[in-house]
Amino acid sequence: MAQVVASHRGPVTGTANKAKKRRPFLLDLYSTAVGKKYAMGISGIAMMGFVLFHMIGNLKMYAGAADLDHYAHFLQTLLYPLAPKGVVLWILRGGLVAMLFLHLHAAWSLTMLNRKARPVKYQSARDYQIANFASRTMRLSGLVILAFLVWHLLDLTFGVVNSEVGNKVLYPGDTEEVKAVYVSVIASFERVPVALFYIVANILLGIHLFHGAWSIFQSFGWNNPRFNKWRRAFATGFAAVVVVGNVSFPIAVMAGVIS
Amino acid sequence: MSNTIKNITLKIWRQDGPAAKGHFETHKIDEITDEASFLEMLDILNDRLVTDGKEAVVFDHDCREGICGTCSLMIDGQAHGPQRGTATCQLHMRKFNDGDSITIEPWRASAFPIIKDLMVDRSAFDRIIESGGYITAETGGAPDANLIPIPKPIADAAMDSAECIGCGACVAACPNGAANLFTAAKVAHLNRLPQGQAERYSRVESMVETMDDYFGSCTNHGECEAACPKEISIDVIALMHKDYRKAKFSNRKDLARS
Repeated sequence: MAQVVASHRGPVTGTANKAKKRRPFLLDLYSTAVGKKYAMGISGIAMMGFVLFHMIGNLKMYAGAADLDHYAHFLQTLLYPLAPKGVVLWILRGGLVAMLFLHLHAAWSLTMLNRKARPVKYQSARDYQIANFASRTMRLSGLVILAFLVWHLLDLTFGVVNSEVGNKVLYPGDTEEVKAVYVSVIASFERVPVALFYIVANILLGIHLFHGAWSIFQSFGWNNPRFNKWRRAFATGFAAVVVVGNVSFPIAVMAGVIS
Repeated sequence: MSNTIKNITLKIWRQDGPAAKGHFETHKIDEITDEASFLEMLDILNDRLVTDGKEAVVFDHDCREGICGTCSLMIDGQAHGPQRGTATCQLHMRKFNDGDSITIEPWRASAFPIIKDLMVDRSAFDRIIESGGYITAETGGAPDANLIPIPKPIADAAMDSAECIGCGACVAACPNGAANLFTAAKVAHLNRLPQGQAERYSRVESMVETMDDYFGSCTNHGECEAACPKEISIDVIALMHKDYRKAKFSNRKDLARS
């Protein structure tokens, strides 16, 4: 054995077989980096499902105010009268918040692990061969998306920065008033800086998905020569569909296509 | 008929010991044959340094034919230098041009502490191998050849992973300092073969968990595959992740875990 040098993460020599710690199964799994990547993937898939259906639902905007507002009302009263109004929606929202928290926690702890794995950086410039812009900027794009998410909720969900949120409207033929979602969307996007922030955040979301949606396959071990070439196509296609759909809304409002 | 490369400027990392502060040192190579390997170029430089009464640059090397995994070096920001699918020992000066400036650094990872100059301690890899890189084999007389049928595609795939020479370029190239390609190559090598099935799931569990003690995490950049002198595909990483998932989620009795 050559010269032995201790690293700060414990002695490099000695036996690797430690006594097994017994922990609850999921915690045990989550304690490893590979397990955290599963958590990243699962929470990523949940949020991918959300952004896709959020975009598809919002396409109702092009069908007019009544369609969008009735769709919003449908979400509010999901499974009513089996469940009280709003309950199912809040359960779904709770699930998404949990998934977001899991995604953030895994990302944070993996980043810390990676920092510890290379405390002294390369002192000369790296020449990356394959790593692309998307994979290199996951943290940055993720943080911008997070900031956007906070703004977006304050804007169109809680109405803190949008006075139109909370207004109700009675459509002909309806027996009760529904929330006037359409009007608040228009009011939001008529503010040019808001629309621009929305567009930038969604393009970054697309970049995040371009790497993330592909990365899921590797993290879960879904690798097969029969479908490997479709993995990148899926990630690109998914990112493109979400971005094009979402970005079309503020552009349509600013261009006056919907008003 | 060999040509010569002129006016090479080398920026070499010098560091007296693991805890010492390192720095880049500049050396000039006025003329060198393009048939010299990169390591021979360093040999020539070292001859000169020793003749001048200076200390030679310390770097790892052994077989110099690309099969032992001892040589390393981050050359101009790429593990094993600019030539794909080769270790530093198989890189030749003909890949460079007159007047080039070449920066040489050691692998950098907390699991690979610098011993001196460009030499690092890669025994963290030994810890991973110890924890699962073996099979249970019967003792006694040598078995007949081809006693265990192995389909050709399986044998080929296992060989592709077994090519790993454990040089550590994957860790060095990884922006996260992860060892997933190394560990996965070793896991895939044995897990693909019939002889490796007895420990298939306990192996992947132990090796992945030992890897966690020393290295960073995989974020699927793919830099390891580009740096690997044996061009091992990140497909093996997916196989490792799949087997780890199975090891964790399948019925433990069915998997005959220890």
